[in-house]
Amino acid sequence: MFDPDEIERIRQAREAWEASELREFLARQPEARTEFRTGSGLPVQRVYTPADVAGTPFDAIGLPGQYPFTRGPYPTMYRGRLWTMRQIAGYGTGEDTNRRFRYLIEQGQTGLSVDFDMPTLMGYDSDDPRALGEVGREGVAVDTLDDMEALFAGVDLERISVSMTINPTAWILLAMYVALARRRGLDLDRLSGTVQADILKEYVAQKEWIFPIRPSMRLMRDMIVFCADHMARYNPINISGYHISEAGATSVQEVAFTMANGIAYVEEVTRSGVPVDRFAPRLAFYFVAQADFFEEVAKFRAARRIWARIMKERFGATRPESMRLRFHCQTAAATLTKAQPLNNVVRTALQALSAVLGGAQSLHTNGLDEAYAIPSELAMKVALRTQQIIADETRVTSVVDPLGGSWYVEALTSDVEREVLAILARVDAMGGTIRAIEEGWFQREIAESAYQFARRKAAGEQVVIGVNRHVEPPEPSPVEIHRVDPEVEARQVARVQAVRRRRDGARVEALLERLVAVARDPAANLLPVTIECVEAGATLGEVVARLRDLWGSYVERPVF
Amino acid sequence: MTLPLRVLVAKVGLDGHDRGVKVVARARRDAGMDVIYTGLHRTPEEVVAAAVQEDVDVVGVSILSGAHMTLIPRLAALLREADADAALVVGGVIPDEDIPALKAAGAADVVLQDAPPDEVVRRVRDAAPQRAR
Repeated sequence: MFDPDEIERIRQAREAWEASELREFLARQPEARTEFRTGSGLPVQRVYTPADVAGTPFDAIGLPGQYPFTRGPYPTMYRGRLWTMRQIAGYGTGEDTNRRFRYLIEQGQTGLSVDFDMPTLMGYDSDDPRALGEVGREGVAVDTLDDMEALFAGVDLERISVSMTINPTAWILLAMYVALARRRGLDLDRLSGTVQADILKEYVAQKEWIFPIRPSMRLMRDMIVFCADHMARYNPINISGYHISEAGATSVQEVAFTMANGIAYVEEVTRSGVPVDRFAPRLAFYFVAQADFFEEVAKFRAARRIWARIMKERFGATRPESMRLRFHCQTAAATLTKAQPLNNVVRTALQALSAVLGGAQSLHTNGLDEAYAIPSELAMKVALRTQQIIADETRVTSVVDPLGGSWYVEALTSDVEREVLAILARVDAMGGTIRAIEEGWFQREIAESAYQFARRKAAGEQVVIGVNRHVEPPEPSPVEIHRVDPEVEARQVARVQAVRRRRDGARVEALLERLVAVARDPAANLLPVTIECVEAGATLGEVVARLRDLWGSYVERPVF
Repeated sequence: MTLPLRVLVAKVGLDGHDRGVKVVARARRDAGMDVIYTGLHRTPEEVVAAAVQEDVDVVGVSILSGAHMTLIPRLAALLREADADAALVVGGVIPDEDIPALKAAGAADVVLQDAPPDEVVRRVRDAAPQRAR
């Protein structure tokens, strides 16, 4: 990037500095450690100079909104439009969560994000024995289209974007969303939002699955193709590193494994004959903002550059939109502590700042009580205010990619990229992502990183304030914690049973049989018939049960 | 010479959070215990059947879904019904105020997040029936 003579002069200046000022200083006062590393374990230098980025051509950094998008997906970034402030919410019944949504919108939130309860995620109705004790607890319970109606009552779906955290049952929730929009007479092309639907990271990290990998990938393809055909502004997937990180992966592994999953989805859809530029612009990503500030900024920048190159070079994409990585970001829940919970506000603010300096398109900041409960209203408000303070008080939004050109950040961006490409080459050598999942490779790598992290934390090398340093006797939480209404389960069970009584049973049965017939044809798209099923009052659990009979269940061979 | 402690490590409920349970399973294995891991999404019935079949000294159950007040008492009752002489140790994200009720229902110990691996190992050993220590 610089004149070679100038680089040589800088190298010499640095060597001279090391031999004189630095050496004398170190003799008097040694450094705190003999080596310094990032959260992922990448070595970092004492100081960086232009010599450390001499090998990076300016075209690899470039300008925002331009290939390879290192500096951001859009030319003006937050000068034009702030990121979407999208606090996730979900508990109890549709009505309960709807109240929280309205509260968040009143507080200035600009997008919605839905957390579903475990039975909804795993494909069980609220009155299934497997759902006992879990209904409406970790998220909102949705069994039928009626629940979806309650969830979004009074919310203008053409104006506010909605993200749904749902995976093995994602296509059913997408079908319900479409059915709800149709019932309201909305234009599907005007709906914006995202369905997470990233099933591969479930096998790898989050571990909420139903069907084996093959039919699950077919469902992925069906959603991506359906949205490309009918929902111009909707993201049919959020290819997610967040959960990979939360399960214990390093930031380098997070990006590498996420890219590996992204590659598998693009291969799946293009194999069915859909050209890459028809669907790739709507592929969206989701990363964590971890604790190592600069590594996170570098990670987001590297991820954009890597994806752009994969799409262009590996898949022959020609539209810039196909190469432009957009991502949602969430601060790292696993960094939060139960001890001294107010410290979590500070952790979250710093993580959120790295997401903004890294160019996130939407952001969820965690509640300070996240380490031990579903966030209370107050905790969510403080978390949202944290984003608003970054947006409106710090002025970090005035300049696009303000850390671009930092010798450290550029060098680290290239380091992260190099490490990620090395992992992707290993995955290719193993025969691809799905083969590596079947062999438990990602799972083992993540478990190993998690174990090493736990050991470093126990040894005090990984400092966690309030847990292994500056420890205080436990005190009662300063924030009242969210309590689950004990009546929720009974109310929700009554509700799904009422729907079953009210609907035309024969019609539902006929549609469920057609669902199975469509599922038997691997070339057919399951979305249209699923939409018909939910419109007729079929429950989520019924749709899943029919396909489980046909496809079977995924069984993991656990590794630890 | 005493035989190594036999421990069943289990995940009950529908949540897939297995980071902690795997770290704990490995720490116990590294501490010389015989560790059997059930895998995810197990019902209390499945866990108790495995505990009896494997004749374990300790059943370590991890739960982060919030359904512990439903699933743990049920698991403890099934262990008693099966006459299993195994101590029940519970781990995960559990509010402090639920701990007395879990102990009253039959949990020998409740170990929360942020407990270092060595502490988990020690508390599992302490919870084990006398014959196995």
